[in-house]
Amino acid sequence: MVPLSHYLILSALLFAIGMFGALTRRNAIGVLMALELMFNAVNVSFVAFSRYLPQPLLQGQIFAIFVITVAAAEAAVGLAIVLGLYRNFKTINVDEINLMKW
Amino acid sequence: MTVTQGVFFFMAAFTVGASLLVVLARNIVHCAIALVFAFFGVAALFVLLDAEFLAAVQVLLYVGGITILLLFAIMLTSRISARGVKIMNEQVGISAVVALALFGLMAFASLKGFPALVPPQLAASSNTASLGRLLLTTYVLPFEVVSLLLLAAMVGAIILARREGGKD
Amino acid sequence: MKLVALVPLLPLIGVLINGLFGAQIKDRAHLIAVPAAGLSCLAAFVVFFQTIGGATLDWDVYSWLKVGDLKVSIGLLVDPLSTVMMLVVTFVGFLIHIYSIGYMHGDRGFARFFTYLNLFMFSMLVLVLANNYLLMFLGWEGVGLCSYLLIGFWYEKKSAADAGKKAFVVNRIGDAGFMLGLFFIWSTFGSLKYTEVFAAIDPALGAGIYTTITLLLFVGAIGKSAQLPLYVWLPDAMEGPTPVSALIHAATMVTAGVYMVARSSPLYNLAPFSLEVVAWVGALTAVFSATIALVQNDIKKVVAYSTISQLGYMFIGAGAGAYASSVFHLATHAFFKALLFLGAGSVIHSLHGEQDIRKMGGLWKAMPITAWTFLLASLANGGIFPLAGFWSKDEILFNAFERGLTIPWLLGLIGAFLTAFYMFRLFFQVFTGQFRGDAHTAHHLHESPPNMAYPLLVLGFFSVIAGLLFGFPPDHGLYHRFVAPIFEAAHESEGAAIHAAASSEIAMAALSLAIALLGIGLAYLFYIKRPDLPSRLADKAQGVYRLLLNKYWVDELYQAIFVDFGKRFCRFLWGVDARVVDGAVNGSSWLTMRLSALSAWNDLKIVDGLVNAIADLIQGGSVTLRRLQTGAIQNYILAMTLGILGIVVFYLFV
Repeated sequence: MVPLSHYLILSALLFAIGMFGALTRRNAIGVLMALELMFNAVNVSFVAFSRYLPQPLLQGQIFAIFVITVAAAEAAVGLAIVLGLYRNFKTINVDEINLMKW
Repeated sequence: MTVTQGVFFFMAAFTVGASLLVVLARNIVHCAIALVFAFFGVAALFVLLDAEFLAAVQVLLYVGGITILLLFAIMLTSRISARGVKIMNEQVGISAVVALALFGLMAFASLKGFPALVPPQLAASSNTASLGRLLLTTYVLPFEVVSLLLLAAMVGAIILARREGGKD
Repeated sequence: MKLVALVPLLPLIGVLINGLFGAQIKDRAHLIAVPAAGLSCLAAFVVFFQTIGGATLDWDVYSWLKVGDLKVSIGLLVDPLSTVMMLVVTFVGFLIHIYSIGYMHGDRGFARFFTYLNLFMFSMLVLVLANNYLLMFLGWEGVGLCSYLLIGFWYEKKSAADAGKKAFVVNRIGDAGFMLGLFFIWSTFGSLKYTEVFAAIDPALGAGIYTTITLLLFVGAIGKSAQLPLYVWLPDAMEGPTPVSALIHAATMVTAGVYMVARSSPLYNLAPFSLEVVAWVGALTAVFSATIALVQNDIKKVVAYSTISQLGYMFIGAGAGAYASSVFHLATHAFFKALLFLGAGSVIHSLHGEQDIRKMGGLWKAMPITAWTFLLASLANGGIFPLAGFWSKDEILFNAFERGLTIPWLLGLIGAFLTAFYMFRLFFQVFTGQFRGDAHTAHHLHESPPNMAYPLLVLGFFSVIAGLLFGFPPDHGLYHRFVAPIFEAAHESEGAAIHAAASSEIAMAALSLAIALLGIGLAYLFYIKRPDLPSRLADKAQGVYRLLLNKYWVDELYQAIFVDFGKRFCRFLWGVDARVVDGAVNGSSWLTMRLSALSAWNDLKIVDGLVNAIADLIQGGSVTLRRLQTGAIQNYILAMTLGILGIVVFYLFV
């Protein structure tokens, strides 16, 4: 049997990798992709918990569904914003877009 | 090592490898492709966890929807990075450290908190049916709200992506 | 007998009139002053006649002050002693007032002179007629003031003004002692009135307190009566007009000390040590000033030193307990010394101000009255039988000898010899021989006008007969019987003198007469027979001659010790004030400036620095913190992640 901790460690690993990507990629879309990775890691964790609890609850899976839904909405809007960024700055390298710099 | 364990380890490795490619690839399209593989990997893990419906939803939405979206965005804003241009910003080092630290902590917490929890026996029931039942009874409100959210997102995305001053 | 109040009052009225209206009266002032003096003299005689039968008067006219336990009144005492003094003062004073009309004729301060002269009469009469020590002290101070005013009468002359000041200051020193004596009297006896003090005298108190009181009172007498060492003002007092010298510095003011001692005889009788001190001071003064008089060349100075010397004799008498004799000598001395001064004044007046006897000589022919009276006065002063001075001086010496005061007696004899010598040196130099002045003055030699000559005659008359008339036989004459009640207590001790053999008294009288005649003879030798002798002797004994001529350099000594030292001390104190006090003030201002500079620096550097530092801190902080706002989202995410990490660590391990 695969213990719960394995799933959790996997989830943690995926999350960490996604975080690393979010923190370091220059391309905005790359950042969004890393973000999706993080969402997925979280989903894994939720579902694993919902399966492995002594009294299996499906709430985890429901939550995972909602996460996916919202991730989709967010991806749509986010990419629309990226397009807008591209139009204005002619670049989507996030470290070049620093109008908010002091 | 049982079959389940072997499959688990294989899928886990696959997913982790795909995700590493996502964050480290130079070509952004390669990142998108790797992401697809990562999604598939996660879907497989869902199946292992007896969440078949979720696996299907994952593939449908993520791979079918989001990935296409991402590819379109990449296409529209394509600036394939040539050799010599950085793909990572200056905080690579610290980010690596932070991510590693975070992973370490969470792994430690998982190992300590849930050492060898074994999955209980499941009653044989349809995952889809159960989810459907929950969604429309207990969680009907979030369900409706999410639909509103989707509407808002759709409208917002359209407005944001519209050309300036045009009546698209 | 209450008429006695007029005696001091009349001169006072003269003072007020002449003083307030002097500017209008000008040279008619004598018409107020002289009658005032004359009427006062008349009143004195009337009072005298009333006292012959033994009547006395102790009259508290007016309550002067009441301070706590101290009650003093303006009171008059008429008893034999005060009567004698009153007669001498008014009579001689009156004669001198008349003389002054002629002497001060034409002087710018004519009215002022008579005002002061009357004021003096008033003060002196208050002194002798007072019935308590405080009122006597009032008169004492009053005569001191008049002395100052009259010595410095010609105040535009610096030497005159200085002499007035000197007299006043030296007198003051004596007055300090006198006042201390008064304080002791009051604290010991609880009163200052003669009758009450003398009634309260208790031998059981011990000689100590009586010695203290009497010595302190005597200090006052030393100052007022010009004894050693406070005599230095009297020779300088000759700067004043001659009538002043005659009245004040011969007849009256200087005798105040003798009067005071005589009046306080009950106190002195209980302090034998003080009496010895008095006698010794008197004796030493007598000889000391006589030696100086031997070589002086100013006619008035010789007479001045003679006065000091004769005052010494009076104190010898007082010190021997023979108070009556000393007061008798006081009275006879008043006559012949005033006469000597007035005669000198006559000479000076005739020579238009010349006072150096080396420029005089042969004035006998031109001024016979002056010359004759001067001769008589010199004989009296020298103590030649049967003139006035003989009787009184002889009495004093006899009593001194009988009392056991041998050295003072001896000094008195030596003094008699010297007195005779210098008096006749003066007489021969001035009136005999050839005139040694310039021709111009020689032409203008003349006798004095009548108003100056008559007083000379009157005084001359008394110089001759007063001794015989009032003082014969010695210690038992009219005078002695008159004043006997006052000195009863003293008579106990004088008993020795009274009951001594008449033969020894005659022997002593003969001795002193012989010595006096020896003195006259020597003077004759030196200045008539062999005029070269004085200069040869002076050359032989140059040191001694210069010592005497310069008055033993006492004035210079006092100047160096007291005056110069005093001035240096004052200058030193001024320096302290200027340097230390001003230095402190300036130093404090310097300090304040330094402190304010420090405070300014503090404000500028520290306070402003602090404020600026805070601003800089904030600015630096903000410069640093601003860097957080990179504008790059991924930096923000990293920050958030670090925060999450922190929370997780905290949650897991803390």
